[in-house]
Amino acid sequence: MSQKSNSQAAPSNASYWRNHLRDYGMLASLLLIMGFFEIVTGGVLLDPVNITNLILQNSYIVIMALGMLLVIVGGNIDLSVGSIVGFVGAIAASLMVYQKIPYVPVIVLSLVLGGIIGAAQGYFVAYAKIPAFIVTLAGMLIFRGLTGNLLLGQFVGPFAKGFQSISAGFIPDFRDFGLFVAADGQDQFYWLTMLIGIIGAALLVLVSARKRMRDAAAAMDVEPVALFIGKNVIFALLVLGGTYLLAWRKGLPNVLVIMGALVLLYTFITTRTTIGRRVYAMGGNRLAAELSGVRVERLTFLTFVNMGVLAGLAGLIVAARLNSATPSAGNSFELDVIAACFIGGVSASGGVGKVMGVVIGAFFMGVMNNGMSILGIGIFWQQVVKGIVLLAAVYVDLSQKSKR
Amino acid sequence: MSTILEMRGISKSFPGVKALRDVNLSVERGEIHAICGENGAGKSTLMKVLSGVYPHGTYEGDIIYEGEERRFARIADSEHLGIIIIHQELALVPLLSIAENIFLGNETSNKFGVIDWNEAIARTRDLLAKVGLRESPNALITNLGIGKQQLVEIAKALAKKVKLLILDEPTASLNETDSAALLKLLVGFKSQGITSIIISHKLNEIAQISDSITILRDGATVETIDCRTETISENRIVKSMVGREMSDRYPPRSVEIGARLFEIRDWRVDHPFHAGREVIKGVNLHVSRGEVVGIAGLMGAGRTELAMSVFGRAYGRNIRGEAFLDGKPLDLSSIQRAIRAGLAYVTEDRKSLGLVLTEDIKNNVTLANLPGIARRGVIDNHAETRVAQRYREMLNIRSSGIFQKTINLSGGNQQKVVLSKWLFAGPQVLILDEPTRGIDVGAKYEIYSIINDLAAAGKGVIVISSEMPELLGTCDRIYVMNEGRFVDEMPAAGASQEKIMASIMRQYGVAA
Ligand SMILES: Nc1ncnc2c1ncn2[C@@H]1O[C@H](COP(=O)(O)OP(=O)(O)OP(=O)(O)O)[C@@H](O)[C@H]1O
Ligand SMILES: [Mg+2]
Repeated sequence: MSQKSNSQAAPSNASYWRNHLRDYGMLASLLLIMGFFEIVTGGVLLDPVNITNLILQNSYIVIMALGMLLVIVGGNIDLSVGSIVGFVGAIAASLMVYQKIPYVPVIVLSLVLGGIIGAAQGYFVAYAKIPAFIVTLAGMLIFRGLTGNLLLGQFVGPFAKGFQSISAGFIPDFRDFGLFVAADGQDQFYWLTMLIGIIGAALLVLVSARKRMRDAAAAMDVEPVALFIGKNVIFALLVLGGTYLLAWRKGLPNVLVIMGALVLLYTFITTRTTIGRRVYAMGGNRLAAELSGVRVERLTFLTFVNMGVLAGLAGLIVAARLNSATPSAGNSFELDVIAACFIGGVSASGGVGKVMGVVIGAFFMGVMNNGMSILGIGIFWQQVVKGIVLLAAVYVDLSQKSKR
Repeated sequence: MSTILEMRGISKSFPGVKALRDVNLSVERGEIHAICGENGAGKSTLMKVLSGVYPHGTYEGDIIYEGEERRFARIADSEHLGIIIIHQELALVPLLSIAENIFLGNETSNKFGVIDWNEAIARTRDLLAKVGLRESPNALITNLGIGKQQLVEIAKALAKKVKLLILDEPTASLNETDSAALLKLLVGFKSQGITSIIISHKLNEIAQISDSITILRDGATVETIDCRTETISENRIVKSMVGREMSDRYPPRSVEIGARLFEIRDWRVDHPFHAGREVIKGVNLHVSRGEVVGIAGLMGAGRTELAMSVFGRAYGRNIRGEAFLDGKPLDLSSIQRAIRAGLAYVTEDRKSLGLVLTEDIKNNVTLANLPGIARRGVIDNHAETRVAQRYREMLNIRSSGIFQKTINLSGGNQQKVVLSKWLFAGPQVLILDEPTRGIDVGAKYEIYSIINDLAAAGKGVIVISSEMPELLGTCDRIYVMNEGRFVDEMPAAGASQEKIMASIMRQYGVAA
């Protein structure tokens, strides 16, 4: 049977488009909604001050969504992340304010605490085989309650400058070394931020060009040239434009750096590592994965530990941003995080989802939150709109899939 | 005789694949019409077009059924006119009973919409008797083997008012006896005026019962053979399917049996849910380097259970017995350990146990051996692509490329992906459970060749198969299994179908 009867069409531009439609569709709708709010808010949305705000407000959602991606792709869910944010923030605040422990060990402890909470829940899901929905619903109640007990209705704060700078701080600039200082009465432009933006954009283009060349050499499925160039130009412009706007403010926020690093790390984990591959296989078909030697229990456990650590980090960022721990910190964050995942194309039945999608999903939610707040739309109407958008996004996604 | 169905100029494309190209099919009323072709030739797709799985507008061409042009928008439309399709991949609800499945969406309800379960169960009992399945109507689907599920599907079709019955590889998971019974059933339907379209890779059955055969190759009609005017041989069909003569079904093989490689002694396994009920009752099995051993047996003999319990306790509990590899005791307490020790198990149930359907061919092929394409946990994309390409070519996996999702592959090509996965794992001992289920003649030959190559390379191969000619054609030695025990063992050279059946029957005290 050496006869090659494969009547395969060469992957045409059209088929490439169809296969990757949803990736670009999502990006396009994010750009659209940004354009929309930029216009209706009369340019406030993309104002440097607001951009910084948008990033600060969204960073912890994006960070938790990265963990949630792995949890959902693995075939589970975590409803407790909002409560963990509150609880870890409360513990960290108590340690720093009441016990006077310096913030560096507290940060480490908080991340470990998040990991332990994740491990506890992961144990019940993975080894005791209790559905994640139930375990983390219990966790949601328990940690919200513990937060309340710990704080007794108090705001605990303020914190040391160093701790606050996790959220409120910006990376140092040339100015701090006496270079490029603006003359009095002139706005300061943060050159290092701009420089990082330029280097970042250049690297982005370079790396993807190299990857494309290698992939093409290996006869892999590469996008059409025009699309490739278009996509890279848009991404590069986004990076350049974003850093330019930030450079007119106070430079790169620390959280943005943390978030960016994590996004890169998780992109790598999900696309290039064996552990990432196994999570997807496990979520796609648990039995088949198990029979292929994937240790599904341990892996499930690990996705929850990972989620716990990221929720702990988010707890620190939120506390630092508010400069205090509050009983309601992190309230209903789990909903934003989970919504970000589903808007970003993660499949509720597991096995499908991408980091880029989730990041876009999170910013989609963020831009809506922010834009509607600027417009002065009430919190309740905001919820209505977000609910509708979530439903619509998943609906469009599914109906597109069944059409093929 | 009149024409009940005519499909004219049917074309259907998927992204990257043209599955059907101007296909014509004409079926006479009351006949058994077979459709043959290689894996991925478009047989299932054609039947999905006919039954409305792919609605009107998603394909080109016309369907004329009972003298009128039909444009089915959904499956219910075709069912309403008596066209019932039983898909290659069964579609029963696992946690419902047989009766519930049969009357799902077709409940025998009174005018208030309340289901009369006594009536339903009585009718189910009738239907089960008709298809020759001895099970309680209340048995849950999940507790039935894949073969029995097939019979339930047919019973379900009978419960509807069927005029044109379409069976997509109905006998793929049945053994000879059950297949024969099923085919007799179809012939019986014929006398009741029911027309059947049957897709099968078991060409002996096709040659035996068909009134006409339409052959597809690469998504196009090659010819329609009228078996009433022409006596048909298997070779005649093969030639038309693959476009050339194929003289041998089994590749020649030079046997060179070496030292004993793998052995289990007094292997006992309890049922996973019914504590204390022994399913495997003291099995001794060994395979040497370079040897291919077969396990024959009827459905439910415990062959899959045996294989899975050996493969890292993937089945059963309270597993007792000893295992040895190269004479040394072997720890098979987890699937990872079994794989690391060099065992591989190719499942019979590709969809639920074999493939991650959300993933593409590439990711499925490498799943059981990720370290083989990774360094320190980081995957080398290009090495992985090369591996996937290699297996795609080696097994001739018909697809738009290695990035095609496995859910979109034809049944036989899915099977090849599962096989590729375990070949890439590089096992010492390969356990194949119904390895050629749903695979076309040409590809079968390929798989037998691979088995031979593995054996020639000093590996041990264990083949579980319900197709006795396959065991006789590929194995060196055959175990006969029945009700959890090995009841006989014979060299393949002196074995025959009759001898195997006889040793099974002896168990029941029936003189052969
Ligand atoms: N949903 C789909 N998306 C993309 N390609 C598909 C889809 N369904 C089928 N195909 C392709 O169409 C071709 C025909 O598939 P089909 O299932 O009809 O084959 P078949 O003749 O039934 O093969 P087998 O004997 O293996 O069951 C195959 O190449 C397959 O990969
Ligand atoms: Mg098919």
